[in-house]
Amino acid sequence: MARTRYAPDKGLIARMGATMFLIGLVFTAFIIAIVLLLTQYSNVSSGGIVFIAVLLAAGISFGSYYWSDKIALSTAGAQLVSPQDGPMAAELHGVIDRLCALADMPKPRVAIAPTDMPNAFATGRNSKVAVVCVTQGLMRRLDRNELEGVLSHEMSHVAHKDVAVMTIASFLGIMAALLVRFAFYSELFGGGGRDRRGNDQNALPVVLIVMLIGIVVYAISFLLIRLLSRYRELSADRSGALLTGQPSALASALVKVSSDMARIPTRDLRSAEPLNAFYFVPALTSGRRQLSLSNLFSTHPPLERRLAELDKISKQLSR
Amino acid sequence: MGLLDTLLGRTKPVPPNLDALFALPSAAITLQAATDFTPTGTGSVCFRAAEGRAFSDIERDVKDLLSMGQNKTGVEITSDSYGFTWLVCKHTPEDIEGLVTDLHAVNSSLEAGGFGPLLLCTILGFRDSSGRRLGLVYLYKRGSFYPFAPQVGERRDNAAELQVRGVLGNDLKIEPDLGRWFPVWGAPGL
Repeated sequence: MARTRYAPDKGLIARMGATMFLIGLVFTAFIIAIVLLLTQYSNVSSGGIVFIAVLLAAGISFGSYYWSDKIALSTAGAQLVSPQDGPMAAELHGVIDRLCALADMPKPRVAIAPTDMPNAFATGRNSKVAVVCVTQGLMRRLDRNELEGVLSHEMSHVAHKDVAVMTIASFLGIMAALLVRFAFYSELFGGGGRDRRGNDQNALPVVLIVMLIGIVVYAISFLLIRLLSRYRELSADRSGALLTGQPSALASALVKVSSDMARIPTRDLRSAEPLNAFYFVPALTSGRRQLSLSNLFSTHPPLERRLAELDKISKQLSR
Repeated sequence: MGLLDTLLGRTKPVPPNLDALFALPSAAITLQAATDFTPTGTGSVCFRAAEGRAFSDIERDVKDLLSMGQNKTGVEITSDSYGFTWLVCKHTPEDIEGLVTDLHAVNSSLEAGGFGPLLLCTILGFRDSSGRRLGLVYLYKRGSFYPFAPQVGERRDNAAELQVRGVLGNDLKIEPDLGRWFPVWGAPGL
């Protein structure tokens, strides 16, 4: 039996598993608290609020999951390309063809975004409709090996079904946020009718409690989802580097793209921010020294961390 | 990939399937009997070179290993513009068996060194009397073959490819998904 050079990173897997478990735990606690509260007071207006919030959150999540490819492509202004659409498209298809053959996965669709900001993202709810998109700026700045590193990172996102995982994880946050908003509106507009009936004394505190729970759950789930997103990035880095056998090429692409990102004017960046979760490098200019607090809120791990992990893989491969 | 692998974001590198390669000599005879294509005696193995000493040591050993023996006209290592390494073996056109054995030796050396997942494909070259080129490409990860007939200017002779698929259907496991017949333009030894 040949030895394997591809031992999984147990620490990363354990931390990711723990994060998902916590998200599930908060979600369950949230549901139980709401159900208990409603059955305790059998309050009609609060029940309606919760019902609408769950329904709407499910709708939003499903929509962003089902149309993730179309939403992301139109936000980025990207065009799907075939190998015949010029030398840039042909090169991109060539690299992706080989990566697919190496990884034994179906070929995703390929898109190019006509911006100078060097970045790439992958999206789509399954591998059949998956899209890998790079910007023209990325193609211009990176050499073939670095481009391959970036693409293998993006294809790992597709293989890990990150769109589905992150959508499910985000559902909790969306629901909590909607609940807070609805409870707030019903406080503002629904208060008058209840007072006149007089038999609904508990209404005000119940709605308030629902709102409070919502705020707490939203804050916790926000941090957990960001944490999960950072772990997903690290594991995509890892799978991508192992696929190509060239962790240093990916590291060099990361350094190049990050130092370029810092020099981009903010106008461009603001329009790109909603897509951050699936970008290669986030389009956020934080200062040179990153505060630990900003690390806590960001969708991507800091550059130093990603480089250190890739360094470990490089050592593992050359042993 | 299972649900747990998806949840935990771990893709396992795909191990190559090596043994199907030995079906090539009989397929070459079938192809010769049914069409005008004859083997050129050249075959190549394509892999992604990993960085670091471990891999370059194996690469050198493989080259030394293949340089020995009879019926050979040469072994060379080239790399293409995509950063993949090609190990090209040249034998006499009649010695398909020996060529396939050599190609298999490359695979097993890489696999024994723990780099099996980096194997991309193997190509056996054919040519017909009018000079048309054909490669039988073996995809290690799928364990399947497909024909690749390049023409001038990055065009493929799809008619010839489909014809070859029909001829070899019984000898080789031909890749059923046409979307996976990816082109290998400028493959050395083709």
